[in-house]
Amino acid sequence: MTTTITELETRERLQPGLASSSMLWEYAPSLESTDHVRVAPRYELFIGGKFVEPHSGKYFETINPATEERLSEVAEADAEDVDRAVKEARRAYEKVWRKIAPSERAKYIFRIARLIQEKSRALAVVETMNGGKPIKESRDIDIPLAAAHFFYYAGWADKLEYAFPNRNVAPVGVAGQIIPWNFPLLMAAWKLAPALAAGNTIVLKPAETTPLTAMLLAEIIQEAELPPGVVNILTGAGGTGAALVAHPDVDKIAFTGSTDVGKRIQRAIAGTKKKLTLELGGKAPNIIFEDAPLDQAVEGIINGIYFNQGHVCCAGSRLFVQESVVEPIIRKLRERIGTLRVGNPLDKNTDVGAINSRAQLEKIRELVDSGVEEGAEMVQTQCTLPSRGFWFAPTFFTGVSQSSRIAQEEIFGPVLSVLTFRSPEEALEKANNTPYGLSAGVWTEKGSRILKMAAKLRAGVIWANTYNKFDPASPFGGYKESGFGREGGIHGLGPYVTLS
Amino acid sequence: MTRLAVRKTYKLYINGEFPRTESGRFYPVRANGGDLLANACRGSRKDLRNAVVAARKAQSGWSGKTAYNRGQILYRIAEVCESRAAELADELRRQGASAVEARREIDAVIDRWVYYAGWSDKYAQVFGSVNPVAGPYYNFTVPEPTGVVGVVAPEEPSLLGLVSRIAPVIVGGNTVIAITSESKPLAAITMGEVFETSDVPAGVINLISGLKSELVPWLAAHMDVNAIDTTGVADEAVAKVQQTAAENVKRVVHFDGASIGWDDARRAQSPYAILDFQESKTVWHPMGM
Repeated sequence: MTTTITELETRERLQPGLASSSMLWEYAPSLESTDHVRVAPRYELFIGGKFVEPHSGKYFETINPATEERLSEVAEADAEDVDRAVKEARRAYEKVWRKIAPSERAKYIFRIARLIQEKSRALAVVETMNGGKPIKESRDIDIPLAAAHFFYYAGWADKLEYAFPNRNVAPVGVAGQIIPWNFPLLMAAWKLAPALAAGNTIVLKPAETTPLTAMLLAEIIQEAELPPGVVNILTGAGGTGAALVAHPDVDKIAFTGSTDVGKRIQRAIAGTKKKLTLELGGKAPNIIFEDAPLDQAVEGIINGIYFNQGHVCCAGSRLFVQESVVEPIIRKLRERIGTLRVGNPLDKNTDVGAINSRAQLEKIRELVDSGVEEGAEMVQTQCTLPSRGFWFAPTFFTGVSQSSRIAQEEIFGPVLSVLTFRSPEEALEKANNTPYGLSAGVWTEKGSRILKMAAKLRAGVIWANTYNKFDPASPFGGYKESGFGREGGIHGLGPYVTLS
Repeated sequence: MTRLAVRKTYKLYINGEFPRTESGRFYPVRANGGDLLANACRGSRKDLRNAVVAARKAQSGWSGKTAYNRGQILYRIAEVCESRAAELADELRRQGASAVEARREIDAVIDRWVYYAGWSDKYAQVFGSVNPVAGPYYNFTVPEPTGVVGVVAPEEPSLLGLVSRIAPVIVGGNTVIAITSESKPLAAITMGEVFETSDVPAGVINLISGLKSELVPWLAAHMDVNAIDTTGVADEAVAKVQQTAAENVKRVVHFDGASIGWDDARRAQSPYAILDFQESKTVWHPMGM
């Protein structure tokens, strides 16, 4: 059975006070202008400090998922291009980057941070156009955090010996880095900044659907006058990534993406000396105790699952509510998702933007259909979705069983599964019953319970009375099948150094 | 008339008990000269699975003990090793070591337990952090055990190698299933008796003897094992283990004892060996009045 917000609004008319009045508010559009943004008709590969044509001569189209309009076309790198890039990275590593004074290395990275800040508005607009995320998010979160990551790690470049007591620290060499489409520039920053600070050179492959801010970053890297070959950026699809993973002269692979691909990479590098870090999928529990500040918790639930259209590996996609507060939580949740503004990502009022790609939309639909088939009750906003582009209305399911697919599999979309529990022990048991272990949320006013839950949840990041917070000083990464290695903080240096 | 010696039956050590392999199989352990030393258990897949169940069951209790308590238990292992040094050395000698070599290895084993005992309540201080995030949040990172760890002990040194690899695993709150040296398992198996009398809770350390060629692939494939130490896996078999380990994203750790040396005071024992089997957990909480 499915109830909709429209039905709720109907009942609201019959029974005033059921829904909050805020859900009826309409906002006039407030569009971010794009006239200051220049998107080139075509982007080449960034190898050895220059923009060069791909060996195959092939390009692929990149679109705006909110309109399905073509934005540009980008080069498709093949194994030859990967080889060229790795050779440039190796040369830059041996001849330049490992040799220059660490304090000078730091200054290059500071420059990148500053240039991102200077160009933040354009970067935010392009990020939103190419990825579908709301402009207020790319403007306030993605781009500032990307700059902050470079700024944070820049300062580490000449202080590495303080991070690894009683060890000599050396770089690893050439790093191959493969990043996802959900936070394109931010993920590039997470990968590049610590690798550069530790003295490595890099071949970076952005995601197939979101190459544009990576190419703007290539321009920034040029403008910062980084020595040629220190950072190389290759656009392409899965084949490009596979060629990078397989290249014999790459010393380290860092991958963020699905658990399935992560396992394939782990298998592919078996028998080699390559170092590996994986930041993979999640199915995070967000646990609400009866003594939690319920209104704040509801905001945390909403932010936890609908932030970035749910395209977040650490999304709080399994909500566990203590039985005594199920009724008010569900009621507040229904009201609150009705107030989420879904639509044009460039509108500064938009809360939920476009789904990143048709393929992702189809995956979300397939899993949501399975939820309905398995008998869970679906609640979905009945907002008017644009006729073009890829859209999925914010959705949650109640009456979800622990074994159902929507409680087990990562949906990577704006879809929440609500489950219930009685005791803290039961919450822990259910929360930890997953092969994933990236993140978890806990909501309670009881301090001792927070600390005990935080200790017992098997996940790399615990948000207590908050959710989806990120910072360059804060290590991020998973337990179990959510991967290994950390990004952020002092711990984020480890994957990019060799100790002796 | 000389008294007839009572020989020891070498068995497995699983869940704090000393069962024979459920398979009923054995393999001969021979001295360098070829003389039969013992019929050791040729452990099976079922034995390994039983050991994993025991290790999983013991894990939260072990990691839930205070660091001080874990340190005391490791120190107790050193004490019991010291009092059984003659027996352990005798086994090493029967397996081919000279008296001097055997005694040196036992001394190193005892000292290694003491070394790691001391780390129990310190590595979190050295490698944890309070993170100055840009916002009104208290944010800290602590190391936590990876969980259940499989350790493949090197063929040699059969006892020091085993101890050097399992001590950093368990001091960090993990539980372990170790496959002992195939060619020289005697002293390693006797270590089970040391653990059993050192207040190590049942299931925290499990020892399986047998043929690595059959045991290691099962350990690498087990979906409830979180990490595997391939130190004692034959070079040509390591790639296969790494491949299999990907099935549940196991952490794969390897210590190159042959080239670093088991006596290297900085690298054969080190807090970084503890960190190899730790996850980092970061906790956020808002600050406000």
